[in-house]
Amino acid sequence: MVGVTHVNALDQQAAKVKVEGVSYWYAGRQTLSDVNLTLPDRAVTVLFGPAGGGKTTLMRLVNRLNDFVDGTRMTGRILLDGEDIYASGVDVTRLRRRVGMVFALPLPLPGTVRENVLYGPRLAGEGNAGRLSEIVERSLTQAALWSEVKDRLDGPALSLSGGQQQRLCIARSLALEPEMLLLDEPTSGLDPISTAKVEESLFELKKQYAVVIVPHSVQQAARVADFAAFFLSGELVECGDGPQVFTAPRQKKTEDYVTGRFG
Amino acid sequence: MNRALAQRLGFALLGLVSLLVVVPILVVIGVIVARGIVAINWQFLTTMPHGGMKEGGILPAIVGTLLLTLGTALVAVPIGIGGAVYLSEYARDTRLTRAIRLAIVNLAGIPSIVYGLFGLGMFVLFFRFGTSILAGSLTLAIMTLPVIISTAEEALRAVPQEFRTVSSSLGGTRWQGIRNIVLPQALPGIITGVILGLLRAAGETAPILFTVAAFYLPRLPTSPLDQTMALPYHLYVISTQVPGMPLSVQYGTALVLLGLVLSLNIVATLIRSYFRRKRQW
Repeated sequence: MVGVTHVNALDQQAAKVKVEGVSYWYAGRQTLSDVNLTLPDRAVTVLFGPAGGGKTTLMRLVNRLNDFVDGTRMTGRILLDGEDIYASGVDVTRLRRRVGMVFALPLPLPGTVRENVLYGPRLAGEGNAGRLSEIVERSLTQAALWSEVKDRLDGPALSLSGGQQQRLCIARSLALEPEMLLLDEPTSGLDPISTAKVEESLFELKKQYAVVIVPHSVQQAARVADFAAFFLSGELVECGDGPQVFTAPRQKKTEDYVTGRFG
Repeated sequence: MNRALAQRLGFALLGLVSLLVVVPILVVIGVIVARGIVAINWQFLTTMPHGGMKEGGILPAIVGTLLLTLGTALVAVPIGIGGAVYLSEYARDTRLTRAIRLAIVNLAGIPSIVYGLFGLGMFVLFFRFGTSILAGSLTLAIMTLPVIISTAEEALRAVPQEFRTVSSSLGGTRWQGIRNIVLPQALPGIITGVILGLLRAAGETAPILFTVAAFYLPRLPTSPLDQTMALPYHLYVISTQVPGMPLSVQYGTALVLLGLVLSLNIVATLIRSYFRRKRQW
């Protein structure tokens, strides 16, 4: 059975999310088939594989962003800290505050750097000026951006470089003090130096959060993975410890992909 | 024929077509200004008509048109924007919403005299508002709604979907995303639609013919249930119904109506460019 392979490593690592038998259909096409996967707390889990494999879909199911999409069907369960996030009566807004998400293209909201960081906390009802400025400094520091923008917090967010914008988007998610962070190809539009900075910030983030990332290359996947899961055509082919999956894959398909024979 | 020549010919042709559009407008405006300007003075703009409307001013018609436009805006803007937000942000693509959209497109094509008759039956007679500013404003508002709804919906749809996703991912409700991000981004486009609709309403004669407009009423309205004179109808009256009307008064009235509409347009353009500068996308 897939999903069992990294049980040993998980002994030391509490499970944050359990994906149990999840299948998903969009517009009549099946995009996930019976996926069983555990996402551990305080570690970086990499979801990788060729485009269209279901990585992004799975990620968006974890914070229920796919609720907005029409014409979909899902079976199976997704548990966050043991609780079914698709059960009736779940507060979706609260779920999304607990599970932050960063998208492939950095998309600062209109307004200043500070307003971007505080968008979530303000919606959550935080109005204390002292608390808010604490949040700004803490989030930007965690996203490794504070020293670069601390003098232009009230400048337009769009005046930042692409790499800074993406770290701003990370900071924006961290401002809500989430328990988990989902990053969907967060460095796909960035230059190598900015990419290195974002990856560096991941090493800090995983001390506190469950981090799940769809990388933009196998190399990046290998660099950041504590755990790795390989997706192909909506199926979870293999998952396990990062080094094992990338150096000694158990499945032929994984090996072919990792060694660059396809994809 | 070589390509450079073809291109030059093409541009010349397009330029000619543009001229064909602009020249008639300039001629119309030029004639109205040239013939009407002699009638315009402080007294013309600020006093009541008398002497069978051949003397005095057109104040009640100016005030009437301003009040009708305001009344139309009060009704049509909130309903129109609300409808657009519903159609663009909340409504799923069902048979019902497709029917609603079809209705909106068709409403925009209905002749204005039909709105006038509808207003007479609905607001003047059925709701017993009588011939009044209230009935006239409601009639004009219904005529204006399709324009406002369809342009505002366009403007809302032009805001990238990702903004909504980002707002949701940060724990915003759908409405919070609309309120904080989508509406401000769409505002310049929405304002354009509102202005287009209101300008059309301000210049219409047929919808106010049976619902509000007075032939000759040399006093200012004091309540929404009063009748009033209005510029487009007044222009119609003095051009066709009153023998021996001095030409300068007719052109003067036309000039005032034109000036009113143009200045509303300019104000709108200023508002729009102000918001566009504030926007960054």
